Amino acid sequence: MNYVEDTIAAISTPPGRGGIGIIRISGKESVAIANRIFCMAYGRLGDFVLNMPTHTIKYGFIRDPESGEILDECMLTRMDAPNTYTKEDVIEINCHGSYAVLRRVLELVFRMGARSAEPGEFTKRAFLNGRIDLSEAEAVMDLINSHTEEARKAAIDQLGGRLSKQIERIRQGLVSVLAEIEVNIDYPEYESELVTADVTMKTLNSVIIELEDLSKSYRQGRLIREGLKITIAGKPNVGKSSLMNALTGYNRAIVSSIPGTTRDTIEEYIEIDGIPVILTDTAGIRETEDVIEQIGVKRAEEKIEEADIVIYMIDSTEPDIEEKILSIKKPLIVILNKIDIETNYLEELGRKLKNYDVIETSLTEDIGVKEVFDRIKKYFSEEKIGINTENIITNARHKTLIDTSLASLKKAVENYNTGMPLDIIAFDIWNGVNTLGEITGASVNEEVLNNIFSRFCLGK
Amino acid sequence: MVNRKGTKLRFIAGEYDVAVIGAGHAGCEAALACAKLGVKTVIFAMNLDSVANMACNPSIGGSAKGQLVREIDALGGVMAKIVDKSAIQIRMLNKGKGPAVQSLRAQIDRRKYQQEMKHVLELQENLDLKQAEIVDMETVEEDGVRKVTHVVTHTGAVYKCKSAIVCTGTFLNGRIIIGDVSFQSGPDGLFPSIRLSDTLTNLGFKLIRLKTGTPARVNRRSIDFSNMVPQPGDEEAVPFSFETEELEIDQIPCWLTHTNIKTKEIILENIHRSPMYNGSIEGIGPRYCPSLEDKMVRFSDKDRHQVFVEPMGADTEEMYLQGMSSSLPEDVQIEFMRSVEGLENVSVMRPAYAIEYDAIDARVLKLTLESRFVDGLYFAGQINGSSGYEEAAAQGLVAGINCALKLQGKDPLFIDRSEAYIGVLIDDLVTRGTREPYRMMTSASEYRLLLRQDNADERLTEKGYKVGLISEERYANFKEKYRLVKVELDRLSKTHVSPTPSVIEYMEKIGSTPLKSGASLEDLLKRPEVDYEDVLAIEELNLKDKGLDYERKYLPKSVIEQVCINVKYSGYIKLQLQQVEQFKKLEKKLLPEDIDYDEISNLSMEAREKLSKVRPASIGQASRILGVSPADITALYIYLTRRKEK
Repeated sequence: MNYVEDTIAAISTPPGRGGIGIIRISGKESVAIANRIFCMAYGRLGDFVLNMPTHTIKYGFIRDPESGEILDECMLTRMDAPNTYTKEDVIEINCHGSYAVLRRVLELVFRMGARSAEPGEFTKRAFLNGRIDLSEAEAVMDLINSHTEEARKAAIDQLGGRLSKQIERIRQGLVSVLAEIEVNIDYPEYESELVTADVTMKTLNSVIIELEDLSKSYRQGRLIREGLKITIAGKPNVGKSSLMNALTGYNRAIVSSIPGTTRDTIEEYIEIDGIPVILTDTAGIRETEDVIEQIGVKRAEEKIEEADIVIYMIDSTEPDIEEKILSIKKPLIVILNKIDIETNYLEELGRKLKNYDVIETSLTEDIGVKEVFDRIKKYFSEEKIGINTENIITNARHKTLIDTSLASLKKAVENYNTGMPLDIIAFDIWNGVNTLGEITGASVNEEVLNNIFSRFCLGK
Repeated sequence: MVNRKGTKLRFIAGEYDVAVIGAGHAGCEAALACAKLGVKTVIFAMNLDSVANMACNPSIGGSAKGQLVREIDALGGVMAKIVDKSAIQIRMLNKGKGPAVQSLRAQIDRRKYQQEMKHVLELQENLDLKQAEIVDMETVEEDGVRKVTHVVTHTGAVYKCKSAIVCTGTFLNGRIIIGDVSFQSGPDGLFPSIRLSDTLTNLGFKLIRLKTGTPARVNRRSIDFSNMVPQPGDEEAVPFSFETEELEIDQIPCWLTHTNIKTKEIILENIHRSPMYNGSIEGIGPRYCPSLEDKMVRFSDKDRHQVFVEPMGADTEEMYLQGMSSSLPEDVQIEFMRSVEGLENVSVMRPAYAIEYDAIDARVLKLTLESRFVDGLYFAGQINGSSGYEEAAAQGLVAGINCALKLQGKDPLFIDRSEAYIGVLIDDLVTRGTREPYRMMTSASEYRLLLRQDNADERLTEKGYKVGLISEERYANFKEKYRLVKVELDRLSKTHVSPTPSVIEYMEKIGSTPLKSGASLEDLLKRPEVDYEDVLAIEELNLKDKGLDYERKYLPKSVIEQVCINVKYSGYIKLQLQQVEQFKKLEKKLLPEDIDYDEISNLSMEAREKLSKVRPASIGQASRILGVSPADITALYIYLTRRKEK
């Protein structure tokens, strides 16, 4: 249902690279949501947005309150109802223009309770709340209608209907689960060939696994839209920062440079021939007693965990290869740096690394940097990054709906396991099916009834 | 009316505010509501011995239907009270499946039910009960509004009236079909009502043809129960009415047997003689209660079907064979019945039959059940496409109340989908229409966790009181009940217990993880394994361990029930309330009655047609009409704003 006055958010600047990008949030919860994710310089927390006067702008950072991670530096504008575009409370966040940053901030806003705005929905609200006049509204409505139509078509056609077919199949499974339950409720006196609860739960569990895969595929779809996460790791002083500089400098596509929450992680957003890449430089990894450095090392390990590709740097003037490299389970590019310096170990290192994808570089002499770029592009195009599920979710609304549905279905299983009664278990399954139905726009009530009557023999 | 000599017989026989046509379950509730609210009412029955007849099952209630009966009671209807007086068995269905889907079901002594209801009608002030067939309704057009003025009986008696409530059930143009035999008839051997169909057609109502059926009635003495499974009532029967304090009931059992391969063979061999399969039935029957031959064809892999043998009353040997509805010829019926275990020598008293009847498309009605184009003309029950005594009674009550309110110039009563199954039922019929007889099911409700049988009083007593059908005394009792609930809920959340030795010992005994630190009684009650008695026991032990006195306050069972459900399901109740809040926003966006949908350019053709037909009261109702898309709803919004600006 689209006409509910909940809080909506979207990226309001056109797609593509620009100096800045704006995320607009509109609705009752806007201020509360912004308040939770906005902090002052370097993570100073407080109710800055709550205490901010209306129609003012403030400088600060967007911070994920759950992980503590800083996502972007921003200017935040607060505009209270009714003097706003939609006549509702509106927050606008001016971020850096990179699509990747904008997406991450937007997803955070969704997680805090906003939902994805439909095309033209801000304008629709502006009209519904009586701010724009009729002729304007009618013009916009035509646009909205065509947009909605297009958006719907796009969602269905984009993947050759494969995604909607898969969702439909999953939904049908759930509809039959519901029919089992409902016939049990509405025809208690009939021994309707009821499949046992265990079988019903089995169906539910397999649906959950399938939906989880779909939900995860959003991460992979994300690579295409938002870019590859590449983490540069290695011992201290092997030239990681130089590589970072070389990759970013060479490309001249830096959009932002954000310090991590620990002093030792730096993220850069670059594009390589149109592929967005999030590049992370980590602290040198080594055994250490130094507490602060330990934090940096731990952070580096986390970043390796998050990465789609790890670039591991080795100093070609040293003979040893760290054990660490063996433990990395990600696609790995090994860089032998400093080959401009005389070394006796090249041959030995080559032998030890014969199972790895190795590039020799000298960052001071600008040798091998182009190869690094090429290798990244190759990884991307060959999909070595693991896009291998049946379908990929690319639409944030679909992802939100799938996750909401998943949460309901998991709750149903949990309630079943803790012995909650059938009405409660059914409630969560209904919610799960209804939420999935919003992707394809099907009416569930009708279907469950049809399903009951076609499968169960009932009557007087 | 023309008599044998060709002269018109016509005399004014009386003057009433309301004429109720039909004294079935819808008509009785409608007439009683009108009369109680102070409007002068007359109710007509084809035969006074068939008032509130149960032409099919001798039972009331069941899943969702049980909720309807409790709602009728909370609103001030009579069905529940008469059930309590005439039940011969009461069971709570779906125990253990959660409070939201529990429903009461009663086996009824149907003669007693009829007598009780008839007596209630007879005793009611402002109400006259008459035996007559209404053959015509006269209307007049004043200032562009068509109004009901008279109803006419088959004997030429003319009754002046301002309103009429049509509750014709399966009588309207009724036709009974038994195999190759078919004849005009009402249900249960009663006369049909033929001529009123023409009146309705002339007034502009498009009639549709529906069908239902009923199994045979047989003599108990001819049944061998030795291999049947008895189906007893509850040991502690819960009354249907919130006002019934004591129930006197001798729980008479039903019996369960099954059809077998032989039964199937007999039916399939004779299927060509079934009117369902040779095309002589045109009406659409309900999918949820197919005839036995329908089951054999549609579920051909099944060799066994349930048959419940139900008593028709306490002092009759007639038994009803639930599960054996059929329109096969009588000889085939006898043959297949005798193939069933226990029915080998069965003696049939009344054969099974199918009945076809006229109904209107209820999408021409307002949510008050008043016709949109004939002022003061209301419809309730099977004529609106519903099925079932409970569905009929619910509509009758709402139609009766609204008819009286309108006559008195008062605001109408609306019950929405979030408030009651009554609301779901009426909204479904009026907004979406139906092509088969509509049966109430719990899955039709989006807010099932709120629409429970236990809290029907909480949901509707206030409305019933405001309308004027709930007495001061009952209202005060109701207020007191929910005051006690609130006080106890408050106390549970504010009273804390600590993990003293005997508390820990008690919790271990009932298999609940012992407390590690202090907790409120509410937190304890939230645990699935802890019930209200446990909570009080723990409270007492805790106080004793602390050397304090404990004095238990005894609360009525109905209060404790509400307290427990509210605590144990609080999270889910909250979620549903949020859903209701969203729903209400759209219901409150009202669409003016004079809206011209052809004027709204952005609507799709289909939406325009459907909206013109249904004429929804709100944006919310519009959004539930089949064929109206979200884009159409947006266009409606625009139109509404334009109107406001003008």
